[in-house]
Amino acid sequence: MEGNMSLSLKVWRQSNKDTAGGFEDYKLDKVSPDMSFLEMFDVLNEQLIEEGKEPVAFDHDCREGICGACSMFINGRPHGPLKGVTTCQLHMRSFNDGDTIVVEPWRAAAFPVIKDLVVDRDAFDRVISAGGFISVNTGNAQDANSLPVPKEAADEAFSAAACIACGACVAACKNASAMLFVSAKISQLALLPQGQAERSIRAEKMVAQMDAEGFGACTNTGACSAECPKEISMVNIARMNREYIGAKFSSSAV
Amino acid sequence: MSWFSQTLTSSIGKKLLMALTGLFLIVFLVIHATINAMIFYNDGGETFTHWGHFMGTNPIIRTLEIGLVAGFLIHIADGLILWKNNREARPIGYAVTNASANSTWYSRSMGLLGTLLLIFLVIHTAHFWIPNRSNQFATGEELNLYQMMLDIFQNEWVVLIYVLGCISLFWHLLHGFKSAFQTLGANHVKYNGLISFIGTAFSIVVPLLFALMPIAMYLGWVK
Repeated sequence: MEGNMSLSLKVWRQSNKDTAGGFEDYKLDKVSPDMSFLEMFDVLNEQLIEEGKEPVAFDHDCREGICGACSMFINGRPHGPLKGVTTCQLHMRSFNDGDTIVVEPWRAAAFPVIKDLVVDRDAFDRVISAGGFISVNTGNAQDANSLPVPKEAADEAFSAAACIACGACVAACKNASAMLFVSAKISQLALLPQGQAERSIRAEKMVAQMDAEGFGACTNTGACSAECPKEISMVNIARMNREYIGAKFSSSAV
Repeated sequence: MSWFSQTLTSSIGKKLLMALTGLFLIVFLVIHATINAMIFYNDGGETFTHWGHFMGTNPIIRTLEIGLVAGFLIHIADGLILWKNNREARPIGYAVTNASANSTWYSRSMGLLGTLLLIFLVIHTAHFWIPNRSNQFATGEELNLYQMMLDIFQNEWVVLIYVLGCISLFWHLLHGFKSAFQTLGANHVKYNGLISFIGTAFSIVVPLLFALMPIAMYLGWVK
């Protein structure tokens, strides 16, 4: 087909979290510029299966940029070269014919590699379990108008809630810090009336769990926000710092 | 662990300590630069020595000096601990990184710039502060710091080290000033512009003023 591309791929292969991995080189011809990056990997895996080799394991689910499953570190950047885009929404037209593309898994102590490009992101779930929830009383839902929410607060909470927990912030940060993720999750609840009941204990517990998981500390480089497919703002990290410090110095939890 | 030490040893607590001591050291730089800039009166060090004497002998200032030393030590120790923790958070690095696409080199190099500043600080205090204070403890007399500056800054290598120290300080402040406010939670649409402007202006003016001191003495502009 006209306009097809030939690519060289260097892909990280690792059988499980206990064995050492390494790069494998692959050649792909007839890659359509209209393919998504994951479809290009589907083509690679078809080719590997035909050759009787083990296909590359990678995370994917919705393939429409909203689930946060895909997680490839492409040519030195999480989710590749485009801004505000997940790997599944990255298309091969963003690359040139003849390019060599290096694909690695997220690298962080808290995200061990399970296989090839798949990493274990349970650390994020444990941070959420520590406090990223609200208490809801049983019974009928109350009238929406009884809980006035300023439009600005609703918008800001929504922007924070746009976080899909893909882990690109951790992958991009030179300290493998999860502060953009944790701050988005703290913010989306701290900004709304429903989140007030557990507001201070939430900040204390989620930050404690984040530290226990072995994520690094933020040095405010801004790499997380620049690489975030949902463009979560650093304003959230400042808010988390206020929430955490305020909670620590004023809550009755000793 | 008490809630207080738990807070200060958490990731955000360590950042908070870095920010608070950093801003404290920034305040110190204002005073240090202002008093040293008295050499530019070019009056044979009269004004400079007057204020140097005040800073070296006033009991309130001398008490605050203990806080200053503590501020330096906390900033340095905490910075090194954070650097170590942050390295441990990524035991296996990437084969290819393109960090320049998402952040500035100096924001990623605060540990390196801080280490350069620490080396400079050792050289700098060995030149002036340590001999002066030791002499004060031993004899009760202050040294003639102005004459010491004139002598020490006759060596072009010393001048070069001081200028390199000032360049490291410029890059360290350019990120550190704004970063401290972000860590303290001061990220607000009404004030971000002001913080950024003052941060950049401070990072340029103070190191430039400091760098001019050895240069001016080496070139004989200040005698």
